[in-house]
Amino acid sequence: MKVLVPIKRVIDYNVKVRVKADNSNVDLANVKMAINPFCEIAVEEAVRLKEAGTATEVIAVSIGDKSCQEQLRTALALGADRAIQIDTDQNLDSINVAKLLQKVVEEEQPQLVILGKQAIDSDNNQTGQMLAALTGMPQGTFASAVSVDGDKVNVTREVDGGLQTIALNLPAIVTTDLRLNEPRYASLPNIMKAKRKPLDVKAAADFGIDLTSRTNLVKVTPPAERQAGIIVESIDELVEKLKNEAKVIS
Amino acid sequence: MSILVFAEHDNSQLKADTLKTIAAAQAIGGDIHLLVAGHNCQAVADAVSKVNGVSKVLVADNAAYEHQLAENISLLVTELAADYTHIIATALTTGKNFMPRVAALLDVAQISDIIAVESSDTFVRPIYAGNAIATVQSLDSKKVITVRPTGFDAVATDGSAEIVALDKVTDAGISSHVSEELSVSERPDLGAASVVISGGRGMQNGDNFKLLDGIADKLGAAIGASRAAVDAGFVPNDMQVGQTGKIVAPDLYIAVGISGAIQHLAGMKDSKVIVAINKDAEAPIFQVADYGLVADLFDALPELESKL
Repeated sequence: MKVLVPIKRVIDYNVKVRVKADNSNVDLANVKMAINPFCEIAVEEAVRLKEAGTATEVIAVSIGDKSCQEQLRTALALGADRAIQIDTDQNLDSINVAKLLQKVVEEEQPQLVILGKQAIDSDNNQTGQMLAALTGMPQGTFASAVSVDGDKVNVTREVDGGLQTIALNLPAIVTTDLRLNEPRYASLPNIMKAKRKPLDVKAAADFGIDLTSRTNLVKVTPPAERQAGIIVESIDELVEKLKNEAKVIS
Repeated sequence: MSILVFAEHDNSQLKADTLKTIAAAQAIGGDIHLLVAGHNCQAVADAVSKVNGVSKVLVADNAAYEHQLAENISLLVTELAADYTHIIATALTTGKNFMPRVAALLDVAQISDIIAVESSDTFVRPIYAGNAIATVQSLDSKKVITVRPTGFDAVATDGSAEIVALDKVTDAGISSHVSEELSVSERPDLGAASVVISGGRGMQNGDNFKLLDGIADKLGAAIGASRAAVDAGFVPNDMQVGQTGKIVAPDLYIAVGISGAIQHLAGMKDSKVIVAINKDAEAPIFQVADYGLVADLFDALPELESKL
């Protein structure tokens, strides 16, 4: 079966972001960018399904300007077979991302779409669920285990109280949690090979979808700074401070 | 304005975070209705009917809703949405799961994880693991919102709302529940506890987490963990505090053997008082800790337990 993996180019997870002085957004000029960690897990899962003989083809797709081709090449180096870039320089709401992906799903007819559960920049946690709604597919979100079984896929999900396993009719949407797998590193030969793998570019405007933003980013501010604390010398001092100064224990 | 709030529950008990979500709904203002969808969930309906500021409780009691599968719940909520300007759920795993599906079925954007309400269409939410705070205006006619419970104070429970049973059942029939493995704990719920003590990689193994038990008992605390501790298999994942785990804001948060990576801080830096115990004086956790103790946790923890 065919597996589609949408991926997102985001700020590297180790970078501490700065808010722009005019509070219009965060400053992404000259910061290190990378494939969203949850998307990397999605690619790894798809590649493992291929290695297990379950999947026949893995297609990576990303929406953004030319720079996201870098992340698509990374996905190809990790084992995806081909890539699609949906070219746009617009900043899209999840609903519009999901609508573009819906068109890709209609065209490619994958049996499984694996996405990350959230992007570490917008922290929305929406796209997979929205894509599932638009395509009418069932969804297995926050997956920590995935097993395809005939015309169904069993997904173990990380939920508040523990784990839950559900069975979904294929085709289905899965979104990855951190514990689904440990992504591999791309080897140099695979990075070289990835340069020759097909990467199609399609203009977002050609999909005939109204991509007008449904939200208006009014402002972005830095979070309230915490007051610098003190270093205590002993447990006795700590307990005394918590009791008498902070008054959080009695 | 009329607001539909989804009640989080396990068919027998209402989750306390719903009371905070209702506070967010009150901040928006308008007539507030609650939806209880589940199976054999009358006790929950009775409980929420007493929540302040709620005028009506809609109860959808059917086997199709027992495990709150996103496919079935989203159809129900989308159908009810015709009568509401705002549809709101708590940003816990159930709400996060089905609400974007509702938003897409309604063809609107969703505003996730709000921590404050500016007006009926403008909300405040953290982005970039809480390292920036965005004020976002929704331009859609219907607002689909999830609420981060730590941003709001729980409303009181001395009201009395009318309970209305819904008889129509929406069953998509494309997914089913197989099994669940829930953690059993006598301790307070991590999200609701006023004191949380968390262990990180420095705990070295799962057995050492027992060192936290006695302290947690004495303080009535919940026990949390960093991602490193969960990934290393020391403790189950539902104990994870952070950007991708649970967001907590207790009165007292004690971080033991946790370095304080951005992703962990995202889940706890709104705690009132933060204590860090770490043997590395350079650990980033000390930059947010109100009280820091540079010490080996294997010496510090037994001593702390004995002094409480």
